[in-house]
Amino acid sequence: MSEINTQIKDVTNIQATSSLREMTTMFFRNYAAVAGLILLITILLFVFAGPWLHTTDPFEMVWAPFTMPMQEGFILGTDYLGRDILSAMMAGGQVSLAIGLAAALVSVTIGVSVGAFAGYYGGLVEELLMRFTEFFQVLPTLLFSMVIVALFGASLLTVTLAIGVVSWTAVARVTRSEFLRIREMEYVAAARSGSARDLYLIFKVILPNALPPIVVQANLMVGSAILFEAALSFLGLSDPNVMSWGQVIGSNRPYILDAGFAVAIPGFAIFLTVLAISLVGDGLNDALNPKLRQR
Amino acid sequence: MSLGKILAKRIGYGLILLIAVVVLNFTLITIAPGDVADSIAGDMGGADAEVLAEIRSRYGLDRPFAVQLGRYISSIAALDLGYSYFYNAPVTELILQRLPATLLLVFSSQILAIAVGLLLGVMAARKPNSFTNLIVTFLSLFGFAAPVFWTGILLIILFVAIWPVFPVGGMMSASLIDAPWYEQWINIAYHLVLPMVTLASIYLALYSRLTRASMQEVLGSDYVRTARAKGLAENKVFYKHALKNSLGPLVTVAGLQFSAVISGAVVVEAVFSWPGLGTLALQSILARDTPTIMGILFLSSLVVIVVNILTDMILRMIDPRIRAD
Repeated sequence: MSEINTQIKDVTNIQATSSLREMTTMFFRNYAAVAGLILLITILLFVFAGPWLHTTDPFEMVWAPFTMPMQEGFILGTDYLGRDILSAMMAGGQVSLAIGLAAALVSVTIGVSVGAFAGYYGGLVEELLMRFTEFFQVLPTLLFSMVIVALFGASLLTVTLAIGVVSWTAVARVTRSEFLRIREMEYVAAARSGSARDLYLIFKVILPNALPPIVVQANLMVGSAILFEAALSFLGLSDPNVMSWGQVIGSNRPYILDAGFAVAIPGFAIFLTVLAISLVGDGLNDALNPKLRQR
Repeated sequence: MSLGKILAKRIGYGLILLIAVVVLNFTLITIAPGDVADSIAGDMGGADAEVLAEIRSRYGLDRPFAVQLGRYISSIAALDLGYSYFYNAPVTELILQRLPATLLLVFSSQILAIAVGLLLGVMAARKPNSFTNLIVTFLSLFGFAAPVFWTGILLIILFVAIWPVFPVGGMMSASLIDAPWYEQWINIAYHLVLPMVTLASIYLALYSRLTRASMQEVLGSDYVRTARAKGLAENKVFYKHALKNSLGPLVTVAGLQFSAVISGAVVVEAVFSWPGLGTLALQSILARDTPTIMGILFLSSLVVIVVNILTDMILRMIDPRIRAD
C-alpha cells in the first residue's frame, strides 16, 4: 500500500517538474507577461523597500495641504491634511497588497474545497455544493460585503473575510470541472485500487494535477480583491486607522476639483498593480495551457 | 421538456434561492453585535435597560429567532419589506422610488457595452492585425485593471475642468421640476451620459474580447469553411453564419455578470451622486438602518434571479441545441 503510494507520488512529481521547466521557458517567451512581471517586482520594491529610503511618516502633517506634485520637494505632492502622498502610497500599498493576497487566499481555500469535494464525490454532494455556489453567485457581491463590514465593524480582518467570502464561486467552478476530468484518469484509478483514502486522493493525487487553472484563477483573484478593497474604502467602509490606496482615494475624494492628483495617483497605482497581475496571469495561462496557445 | 415547463421549474428554483437569501440576511443581522433597539436608544441619547426591553418588545425583537424569521418571510410574501426607522417611511416605498434610476443606469450601460463591444469584437476578428484589434487588446486590459470609481473621477475632472459639456452629478436639474415631461427626459438623458459610460467601460472591455474570441473560434469551424466553399459572399458568411453563432457566449456572460453589474452600479452611483438603490444602500448601511438594507439585498437578489432566468430562456430560444435537452 505505502509502496504504491510512493510510486504514485513519484509519477505526479515527475509530471510536475518537467512541466515546470517547460512552463518557465514558455512564460519568459511571452513579452507581455515578462513586462507584467517586471512591473510587479518594481511595485513590490517601491512598496516594501521604499519606506527605508523615504522615511516620512504617512500620517504626519508635513506641509500645506494640496501641494502640487514636484513642488516644495514633494515628489507626489500632499493630500487634504498636508500629508506626504509618496509615503501614503508606500504604506497604503503594503496594506492593499496584503489584503489582496489574504482575501484571495480565503476565496481560493473556500473555492478549492467546495469544488474539490463536488467534483470528486459527484452525485448528491455535487448537486448540493453547486447549488450552494449558485446561491453565492446570486448575492450582489459588493452590497453583501458592504453589509458584512458594516455589521461586524471595519477592520482589516472583516474586510479581508468579506471580500473572500463573496468571491470564491469562480474558483469553485474551475476546480470542480478539473476534478470531474481528472478523477477519470488512469493514475487516479491506480491509486484507488491501492485502496488510498478519499482525502489522500483528493489532496495528494488529484489536486496537484488540477493546479494549473486554479493558479491562474487565484492570480486573477488577487487583482480583483485589490479592486474590491479599493471600492470598499472608497465608499468609506474600511478601517480608518489603516492607510490603503483605496483609503487615500476615498479621503481625498471631496476635493477632486481642487486637487485631482491626490485621487488620480493612488488610482493609477491600483491600475498598474492589477494590470501587472493580469499580464502575469495571462502569461501563466498561456504557459500552463500550451494547447490554447497554439490555437 | 417544453419551454414552459423549464420556465416553471426555473421560477420554482428561483423562489427557493430567494428564501435562502432572506434567511441568510436575517441570520447575519441577528448574530451581528447591536440591534435596532440599540440604534434607536443611541439616537435618543441613551436609554436604560427597561426602555430597551420595551423597544424590543414593541418591534418583536424579544421573540425567538424562528418566530421573527417566520414573521419576516410572511411579510415579504405580502410585499411588505418593513418600516425604515431612519427615513420614517415604508421600505417598499423607499426602494420603489429609487429602483427606476438604478435600472435605467444598469440597462443603458449594458446595452451600450454590448453594442460597442460587439462592434469592436467583430471588427477585430475580421482583421486580426488591424488597429481595431490592438484597441480591443488594450481596452480589455484597461477595463479589468482600472478601478471603476477612478474612471468615473477622471471623467469628472475631464468634464468639469477641461470640457464642461455634460453634468457630473445628480439625475435631473432641480429647476425642471415643473417642466413638461419631454424636457425632463432630455435632461435625465444628459445626466445619464457620464455614469453610463463609466459603468459600461468595465463590460465593454469584457464583451469586445469575448466577441473576438468566439468569432475567431466560429470562423475556424467546418460549416464556415463549407459556406465559403460553396461560394457564399464573405459578408454573408460573416454576419449570417458566424456572428449569429458567436452570440451564445455573449448572452451567457452578460447574464452571469449581472450581479457584478449591480455592484458596479453602487460605486458609480456614489461617484456621480445618482439617486438610485446604490446610494440608498450606502446611506442606510452607514446609518445602520437594518430593514432598508435587508430590503435592498432582497430586491437586488430578486433582480439577479429574474435576469438569470431570462438569460436562460433567451439562450434556449436562440440555440436549438440547448432547447433539445
